Amino acid sequence: MEDPTTTERLPAAADAASAQTLTKAELADLLFEKVGLNKREAKDMVETFFEEIRTALENGSSVKLSGFGNFQLRDKPQRPGRNPKTGEEIPITARRVVTFHASQKLKSMVEAHYGGGSSDL
Amino acid sequence: MTKSDLIARLAARYPQLVAKDADFAVKTILDAMAESLARGQRIEIRGFGSFGLNYRPPRVGRNPKSGEKVHVPEKHVPHFKAGKELRDRVDARLNEEAAARLAAPRVASADMAVAGN
Repeated sequence: MEDPTTTERLPAAADAASAQTLTKAELADLLFEKVGLNKREAKDMVETFFEEIRTALENGSSVKLSGFGNFQLRDKPQRPGRNPKTGEEIPITARRVVTFHASQKLKSMVEAHYGGGSSDL
Repeated sequence: MTKSDLIARLAARYPQLVAKDADFAVKTILDAMAESLARGQRIEIRGFGSFGLNYRPPRVGRNPKSGEKVHVPEKHVPHFKAGKELRDRVDARLNEEAAARLAAPRVASADMAVAGN
């Protein structure tokens, strides 16, 4: 006999959403399962992982994660812009933005699953 | 900052863990992220940003050397959009640097002005 509680307890909507998107919660679960950190350490580690990357970028360093991709910084000069609602001209101020370039390995992984015949590079 | 720098920083912040755990944790996170994208699954990290795939339709390109027309098949490419906190923190630092430059005019710009005359 099947245990009815195992199927009943799964909130169908939440389950479908997590199948669509990877979030910090899933990453923490993986650290708990695979690395053997306790739940608290796992949650902290995921938070710190992203915080270290943010801090490096904030301090003007690019971040290179081999096999995944590079986060780089671009300084953009001021340029003319428009308020799309009023049509009024307003300058878009100079800014620094983060760009991500996927590694060749990540691109090939995506192509292998999605690209049909073009994966055998 | 490279992957090994990141591992070293995490290891330093968690002295109760062995260094090998920080190494394995970073690799586990990056592998999970790469595999998610490969499966077409989005990644959303609040305050950091989101990763997804962008579709590129098939097109006719040209071999830049020979000028020959070549068919470029459709593909999906990984895409990252920075989240608000990351965007704001990175940009705030630029503004601080600009303010510092204005407060302390550099000698170099004075030299250039002389050279230009």
